[in-house]
Amino acid sequence: MHQTVEAALEINLLHANQAGANHNRAHFDQWGITCLNIMSSPGAGKTVLLERTLAALNPDLKMAVIEGDMTTELDAERLRQYGVPVIAINTGRSCHLDSKMVSGGLHTLAADYNPGEFDLVFVENVGNLVCPAEFEVGEHGKVALLSVTEGEDKPLKYPIMFQAADCLLISKIDLAPYLDIDLNRLESNVRQINPQVTIIRLSAKTGEGLETWLSWLRTQVN
Amino acid sequence: MHETDMTKALILTVRQWWEEQPSRPQIDRIHLTVGQFTCVEPASLHFAFAAQTQTGFLEGVKLAIHETPLVAFCHACQAEYKPEIGLHYSCPSCQSPMEDIRSGRELKIDRIEYAQSFAEI
Repeated sequence: MHQTVEAALEINLLHANQAGANHNRAHFDQWGITCLNIMSSPGAGKTVLLERTLAALNPDLKMAVIEGDMTTELDAERLRQYGVPVIAINTGRSCHLDSKMVSGGLHTLAADYNPGEFDLVFVENVGNLVCPAEFEVGEHGKVALLSVTEGEDKPLKYPIMFQAADCLLISKIDLAPYLDIDLNRLESNVRQINPQVTIIRLSAKTGEGLETWLSWLRTQVN
Repeated sequence: MHETDMTKALILTVRQWWEEQPSRPQIDRIHLTVGQFTCVEPASLHFAFAAQTQTGFLEGVKLAIHETPLVAFCHACQAEYKPEIGLHYSCPSCQSPMEDIRSGRELKIDRIEYAQSFAEI
């Protein structure tokens, strides 16, 4: 004879990923590294922004990139041209990086280099506005990009990403005059869900806003 | 889809619990809470779970998902409100931003229902 009993577990579904993220962050802290998780939809300009950033800050800041892409190393190869270590991670069919993947990247960095020398590690996430923000990887801060071609309603449609961001970069600002986008409305949409976020309008093409972004980065490292 | 990864994590967690029990019980049902303001779609979770438990220690086990709505608290108005997902998140009365989420972000395994034989009790 059987009876049904219940066992309370009360365990977060993402606890394994969170534990991995905490472990990664502990390593970054131990090595004095600031880690930033860069996220956006595909094509918003993460890689070109990193190109401009690496060119501007190297060698004042010692940087590395953990580069996530579903397939290929094309983005990683682009960034290696700037003279910084770039660890490529192929996520396969997974639409976001998780803490275990970044742990692998982190340990490769530590094995091939002296990790204590680095100031800043960028994790360039897979292009996706839906889920990366839900999966911590060990970062100290989240940077989201939204390009002007995507429209002012995206923060309302993808609130989790925009709520989690510490810095929001409105990219491709040089195209704004050719579009019907209302940038003030875009920013007020973001502020409904994230009143504290730092918002920077920039163009990797013309350089507008780049100095503001670099200044913000420097505050994150100190 | 990430529900597949989450289901793998769920199965691992349940397995860990199951192996720690003095006699590995027959699990009937796993109860989850999934908030509306998460990236998890319950239907996809059901689908992934069914696909991954066709054989093994969780074969035939049902998933019961309790969905929680997005509820925010406006400190200016001292009142709860339900933001309209996709449309409007600030307080409908005073337009203060959505800063205090009281429900809707949950993603957890609440409890496991299993059969226990009278001989063990």
